[in-house]
Formats: sequence, structure tokens, C-alpha cells
Amino acid sequence: MSRALGRIEARFSGQLGDFTLDAELNTPAAGVTVLFGPSGCGKTTLLRCVAGLERLPGRLVVEGEVWQDEVRFLPAHQRPVGYVFQEASLLAHLSVRRNLLFGFQRTRDEQRITLDQVVDLLGLDHLLERGVARLSGGERQRVAIGRALLSQPRLLLMDEPLASLDRARKAEVLPYLERLHSDLAIPILYVTHDPAETARLGDRQITLSEGRTGPVIDTRDEAQGARLAARLAEVGPERLFEDLCATGVPPELAQLTLAALLAGLPPWRISDGGR
Amino acid sequence: MGEIIWLTVKLAGITTVLLLILATPVAWWLARSQAWWKEIVGAVVALPIVLPPTVLGFYLLLALGPDSPLMAPLQPFGIRTLAFTFEGLVIGSIIYSLPFAVQPIRNAFQAIGERPFEVAATLRASPMDAFFSVALPLARPGFLVAAILTFAHTIGEFGVVLMIGGGIPGETEVLSIEIYRLVEALEWDRAHQLAGLLLVFAFAVMLSLLLIERRTGRLRP
Repeated sequence: MSRALGRIEARFSGQLGDFTLDAELNTPAAGVTVLFGPSGCGKTTLLRCVAGLERLPGRLVVEGEVWQDEVRFLPAHQRPVGYVFQEASLLAHLSVRRNLLFGFQRTRDEQRITLDQVVDLLGLDHLLERGVARLSGGERQRVAIGRALLSQPRLLLMDEPLASLDRARKAEVLPYLERLHSDLAIPILYVTHDPAETARLGDRQITLSEGRTGPVIDTRDEAQGARLAARLAEVGPERLFEDLCATGVPPELAQLTLAALLAGLPPWRISDGGR
Repeated sequence: MGEIIWLTVKLAGITTVLLLILATPVAWWLARSQAWWKEIVGAVVALPIVLPPTVLGFYLLLALGPDSPLMAPLQPFGIRTLAFTFEGLVIGSIIYSLPFAVQPIRNAFQAIGERPFEVAATLRASPMDAFFSVALPLARPGFLVAAILTFAHTIGEFGVVLMIGGGIPGETEVLSIEIYRLVEALEWDRAHQLAGLLLVFAFAVMLSLLLIERRTGRLRP
């Protein structure tokens, strides 16, 4: 089992209503793994299966610990995950402070992350005593992120945390997510359909399409990035896109590569990702 | 007169407290269960709304009477019958007001939706924990409406009380019975006083219900 330490291994296949998920995930339990794909491709369902909010036949091992297999199914409240929903979903009867502390007070793990730390990291100082009804969309989402962090998760699950926000609010929350990434050593599974978010936050990416997962893609390969950037400068984006597709890169991936290159970010390497 | 008002308020108070405790698990189950037959239970619970109070009172009289098999377990404690007793009146009031407590609480539980419970679960709250820390506080307006409706409905009941209570002074003689008795005895002045009192009380109840509804904006009894 020692090989499994430090990895998240998941395999779910089954029917949910008239949707079929056939997903496999094998990724290091470190940094940000982006689950990418169009809406309805099953990325939220996959995330909910990992959290234990949905139950499909399969197997889930997180850092050597079995959360689900043929006989076992750890209920959601016993899994050390933090979950950030698309809509902040704050508990309406509690203040910001009591929302933040809801999971903190219930965790049995060592409390490494403190309220002060989260308040500082997410800029929540002036909001603590407010009721949640009086928060803006961006503030609500920051509280939701802080609340998830304070439950001392060993794995943070984020389901399009920026999708319900307008452009200005997105720009407000995104820097906090980047700080999360650099300041805390919690592995994150991050669901999005936005290439720009993947480019800014992702360390690797798994694309889903109609309930099926593709290979793991490393998104921070500097050497290949430099090579592609030079090629982009030489032939322009349309030609590079065609070239990439001609070498067997899926179109959505080629598009992402270009988005990252144009944003000046280290782009994408296609790998078998430990499959 | 004071004794009658006290007895009436005592009956309504005890009924309200016991009924809220009893109605909560029923409402929770009706709100959350996926069982196909849950609306059968829902219909049984709602029956007192459409059943004539005299019919309900008649069956209760049989059920609480000395020949009832339901009374057999109480025989060793020296209780032969609960008919024409205050305790019997409480039982009758609880059954009679059941739908008025269950329905608002069920609606309030349903209005919460699935998400707050998923949130609670991902924050390590067990289902039992989430029931007390999330469901109950979020359904508070429903409990308030249920309490007010039950209390007011018990104050105003007549048919059931007459059937199983009989109007024994100090034991089962409540306001609505007293008004009926006063009118029969042509004591119009005192009937006026009591009727006026209940009218003002009923108005206060309706006003407070509407104010609660305006504040929460979504709950209907």
C-alpha cells in the first residue's frame, strides 16, 4: 500500500438518474488538480462522490486510507474533506463567525488552521460579527472557503467556487484562492469549466467528457512551455492550434494550452499521469 | 370565571408543549421520507381538519372509556377511564390539533432543502447533530406558527371537548363550553364578556401569524 501514500486514487462507475459516470482519478495529494470540462460532463458528480454526498459503485483511497470500496462507505461527515459549493450556501441562522467555526468545533483532527489565520488569509476581519444575509457574493464565497478550511480538511473540494460571481467579484476572490494554494499545504480538487481559472490555479488537469475521464495533464512544465511559446511567436495561435491537434492533442486541451501561453503562464504537458 | 379561564389556558398550554414534541418527528419524517406510502400517513394526520369534531369525540370517548382495550394497560395503575377527565381532554386536544402543528413544521423542514444538510455533513456534523444544529433553528418560524395555531385552536375547540369532557367544573369545563352554557341559561352579559375576550384573542393570533409570515416570507400553515 505504500505506493498509494500521498496519492488520491478514485474509480467510480455507475448510473445516477439517466447520467452515467465512468471516472478514474489518480493524482498526487498535493497542489491543485483541476477537473475540467463542459457543464453536464460529470465533474460535479465526481466531486460529490469523493465527498461522500453521492454514492456510486467504486473505490476511493486517499493517502492510503480507504474511504470507499466494495464493502466500506465512509459517510460524508466522517471524511476529512472541505467542500466549497458553487453557491456559498452559508447557514442562514448563524453569523459569519459561527459559520466559520461550525466545522472547526466538530473536527477531531489536530487544529492546525486557526480562525485568526483564515480571517487573515481571506480578509474577513470586518465581517466576523455580521449576519450572512448582509454579505456580498464575493464575501459569502470567501466565508464559505474559510469555513471549509477551518474544518481541518486533508483534501479540499471546490465546485466552481467562482461560477456564481460576476467578473468583478471573481477578480476579488481569485487572489485569495492563489494565496490558499501557496500558503497552505492542502491538496485541492478544483472543478471548473473556465480555462483562465485552470491556467492561474491548476498544477495538473483532468478533462471530463460525458462522464468519462481523460488522462492527467501536467500544467506547469517549464521546458515544454518555453518551446511552445517560441513556436507561438513564430507561427501564431491558429497554426499552433492546428499543429497541436494534428499531433493528437484533444481540441479542448489545445485551446487551454493556447490560453495559458497567451496569458504568459507555463502551459501544458500531456502525460499518462500515473495511470 | 377565573377558574374556567385558567383551566382553558392550562389545557391549551399543555397541549401545545406535548404536541410540538410529538409533531416534530412526524413532520420531519413526512418532509424527508421517500416512502411511497408517506402521504397515507399524511392524510391520517390531516384527518381532524375535515372530520366533524363530534365524530372524533365519539371515537375518543370509546377509546378512552372503561371498556376500551386501550385502557387495559392502565388498569394496574388504578385508572379505569380517561373519559370526562382533564388528561382525556389533553389527549383529545392533541389529536384534534395534530394537523395544525404538523403542517407548518413539515413545510418549514421542506423549505430548508437538501443543501444545508450537505453543508453540515461536509463540516463533520452527523445527521443527528445536523437535525439539532441546522434543521431546528432554520425551521423556527414553522415552530412558532405551529405553537400559535395549536394554542389558539385548543382554546377554541368545542365539539371534542363537549363529547369527551362533558363540562365538569374545575376538571373539564373550558371557555367555549361555558359560553354555550351561559347562552343556554340566558346570561347574555357574561356570555358577551367571554365571547368578546375570545374575539380579541383570535384577532391577536391572526395578526401575529401574518406578521410572522411577512417576516419569513415563505411559510404558510
